[in-house]
Amino acid sequence: MGIDLFGSLPLVVIWLALGGVGIVIQAFVRDNTRLVFGYYISTLIATGVLAALTFGHTGLTFDGMVTMGGSGAFFDILFCVTGILTMLAARPYLQREDSEIDEFYTLLVSAVSGMMLMAHANNLVVLFVGVELMSISFYVMAGFFRKSIRSIEAALKYFLLGAFATGFLVYGMALVYGSTNALDYATITSVVRAGTTPFPMLLAAGVTLMAVGLCFKIAAFPFHQWAPDVYQGSPTVVSAFMSTAGKAAAFSAFIPAFTMLMPVGAGASYVMNMQLALAVIAAVTMLVGNISAVAQSNVKRMLAFSSVAHAGYLLMGIVSGTAAGHQAIVFYLTAYTFMQLGAFVIVSILERENDGHLEFSDYAGLSKTHPVLAFLMAMFMFSLAGIPPFAGFFGKYMLFIAAIDSGFTWLTIIAVVSSVISVYFYLGLVVKMYFSDPVGEGHATNPGTAALTLGVAAAFTVLLGVLPSVLQSMFTAFH
Amino acid sequence: MGVAALLCTLFAPLAGSLALLLINRDQTKAIRVTALAISILTLGASLLLLPEFDQSLSSFQFVIDQQWIPAFDAGFRIGIDGTSLLLVLLTTFIMPIALLSSWSSIHKQEKEYYVLLLLLQFGMTGVFLALDTFLFYVFWELILIPMYFVIGIWGGKDRIYAAIKFFLYTLVGSLLMLIAIIWLGYSTADHVFTADLMKLQAAGPMIPFEVQKWLFLAFALAFCIKVPLFPLHTWLPDAHVQAPTPGSVILAAVLLKMGTYGLIRFNLQLFPQASHYFAAAISVLAVIGIIYGALVAMVQTDIKKLVAYSSVSHLGFVVLGIFSMTTIGVQGAVIQMVNHGLSTGMLFLCVGVMYERRHTREISEYGGVTKVMPRFAVMFAIAMFASVGLPGLNGFVGEYLTLLGAFQSPVLHSWSYAIISASGVIFAAVYLLWMFQRVMFGPITNAENHGLRDLNRSEYWQLVPLVIFIVWIGVAPRTFMNISEASVKALVETVGKVGNGH
Repeated sequence: MGIDLFGSLPLVVIWLALGGVGIVIQAFVRDNTRLVFGYYISTLIATGVLAALTFGHTGLTFDGMVTMGGSGAFFDILFCVTGILTMLAARPYLQREDSEIDEFYTLLVSAVSGMMLMAHANNLVVLFVGVELMSISFYVMAGFFRKSIRSIEAALKYFLLGAFATGFLVYGMALVYGSTNALDYATITSVVRAGTTPFPMLLAAGVTLMAVGLCFKIAAFPFHQWAPDVYQGSPTVVSAFMSTAGKAAAFSAFIPAFTMLMPVGAGASYVMNMQLALAVIAAVTMLVGNISAVAQSNVKRMLAFSSVAHAGYLLMGIVSGTAAGHQAIVFYLTAYTFMQLGAFVIVSILERENDGHLEFSDYAGLSKTHPVLAFLMAMFMFSLAGIPPFAGFFGKYMLFIAAIDSGFTWLTIIAVVSSVISVYFYLGLVVKMYFSDPVGEGHATNPGTAALTLGVAAAFTVLLGVLPSVLQSMFTAFH
Repeated sequence: MGVAALLCTLFAPLAGSLALLLINRDQTKAIRVTALAISILTLGASLLLLPEFDQSLSSFQFVIDQQWIPAFDAGFRIGIDGTSLLLVLLTTFIMPIALLSSWSSIHKQEKEYYVLLLLLQFGMTGVFLALDTFLFYVFWELILIPMYFVIGIWGGKDRIYAAIKFFLYTLVGSLLMLIAIIWLGYSTADHVFTADLMKLQAAGPMIPFEVQKWLFLAFALAFCIKVPLFPLHTWLPDAHVQAPTPGSVILAAVLLKMGTYGLIRFNLQLFPQASHYFAAAISVLAVIGIIYGALVAMVQTDIKKLVAYSSVSHLGFVVLGIFSMTTIGVQGAVIQMVNHGLSTGMLFLCVGVMYERRHTREISEYGGVTKVMPRFAVMFAIAMFASVGLPGLNGFVGEYLTLLGAFQSPVLHSWSYAIISASGVIFAAVYLLWMFQRVMFGPITNAENHGLRDLNRSEYWQLVPLVIFIVWIGVAPRTFMNISEASVKALVETVGKVGNGH
């Protein structure tokens, strides 16, 4: 065991950059947002590149606490790319809102490091540390507009409920530890598979509590209530980051944890029940998310509910429990990250004075005042709705295949029904942008570096839809 | 050579729509001419298919099989048989006419409009060519986006409602079809997922009957919404009435045919036992549609709505012909698809001609138009008689054959389908002739109708080619029916062989 230096590089580099050099820079160079911005962008680029290099270098490091390469490295790349894209969009946004403070970038990178730890965790304690590192950074980022009541409300709500959910998670971990006598994934897996635990009820309770904690993080029903308020109140770029990278991170932890705790077809009796329970949660999550989104008049809130619904779709992959299901999740997360991030960034570009210009009616005639933004937004909406040839469609296709192959055709039918519901509000925005006339003069916008974010997001939304095998070919390294 | 022509037919509109993006939006003339030139070029490419196509073969020709997404055995697989060749030719033939008619009916955001229309053509051609369920689905859905914008941006007063209704209706059906496509993909003999239609065609009849029933229903729902079969037709009048004239023409001429084409290509071919099982039920709906569409058309006061409901009635014949499962019936259905495309497309163009002059489609606003527009009256009369099914024009051939098929059908076991449907022909004569009389004949009661201009040159160019084919099919249908005969025969044989066994 011991430490494999090369395989650990992405994690080591981001921690050193953050905890070592980053703090020094901020201590001595005050109020230099440009320097800090550049520094953290380079940090994320370096980490992403290192993750790409270690992709094929799979195994364990840090005495078996942390995995290397494979899906963890893939998620590292995804988190770093999302981080970079968010930072590019955040800079002009924060400048416009007059709140560009360099700590923002530090918090963002610290959240990324937490996410990476979650994706690499091979031990319950490591997972817990990762979750906390990410969540605490998020709590602060949600309240970053400290003069805005909504932002403070979002942060407080997120913190209180999040702390509660973390409590569930850690309690679940404790019960799993108590019943299997291990924190290490491999040992827990063998105990669960063999069904040799002396306390099967305790184990089942532990798994349930962990599922509750993780379902909170992905905003699945009935633990989704925080999402709309938090995403609406937080600075838009923060919502963009939380609802994409945050969700991806939660799923990156969900997949290995539930491969371990819920081995489909294994001896433990609670597995079937758990699978069914998650299937029901997935079904209700999609329906509730989409139906609630129909009723929204605020674009940010609509996107928040739609992100709840997407958690439901993604859960289908967990329910299927197969490698195909997990690959589908990874694909969908990647696709979802680009389209959701793109949509939020457009909102952030059009937004005015924190809360202004966020209603559906403010988007009337956008195709005439801002044709490019309207076109991109329409594309992201079609992709989120799952219309080919965009990435969102292919992700859904993969999830459907996985679910049907594991015998969950009824869940797929519910997914289809809720997709149809979702089309109503995604198209609602397109209707406003294209079929209505603009009200008054459109205001000038200056996307700045956010244009780069949009370009990348749009490119991937199309690319992953037309040539999905580009990404799929990477999945062979996962298992 | 054939393969090259096929690729050109498919991709020229896509390339054209991208090329249009490069033209400055103020140069509307250049945009119009380029779009039309591309569609004529595509028509030329598709005509090159004809000499290369071997009419005696029932299999797919000019097949291209390229891997696309290896993980799900989805490929870029296209090819053509007699049935799809006729429909591709219909598409490439209608598009230049629709584009030409747009010159006078579309006046805002022209660049976006022509880009979307060519994109639409790409999707429609793809639907008829795809030999891969995944590719088929992508093309099938690809059509939604441009059509949605065409109705929503350039449509009439209630365009937003009509556009959303069109989108949602189609999506409900097609998403259930997606589930069926996935389920079907696992139904191969070796249980390895595939989207290859060739492999699935071999596997289809082996699927257990209970499963086949569900798959049949999921596919049929998607296609019957598109056709539209009674009682799934309610999106159609809204979409037709609100869409701009060229949109209605394309919708009627090509988009509806995607549904009937799907019934032939997927339902009949992949699920023969289930087709036998459901044939009577679907035929009953088709017959109801024939009568219901005709009756509702009779009471319309809006000409465009009348033509829209006549589509419901006419497409009922097509569905009846398909599910008669006889060679004559299916052949009749295929030729009737082309016929309906030509004659209803032409009727919509005629309605457009009048609307452009008067900006109303109310029957009561007109009367005596023949006196001021004698040349238009001739054209309108030809379209109307073609739609009625007058012998010597195309509509007669299709309706006669589908009825004959239903009469002889070994699965329907009853003459009543044909007899009741035949009354639909009479109703068609009633509502179309009555409408024609009220609009075209009599004294000019409305002063505004005195100064109407007769047809201009562009309108001749739109209508005359249609007249040529309406007469051609009416007089010498064999020219066209020979193209699809081999593939239809083979289909009916396989379906008949397998189907009796359930």
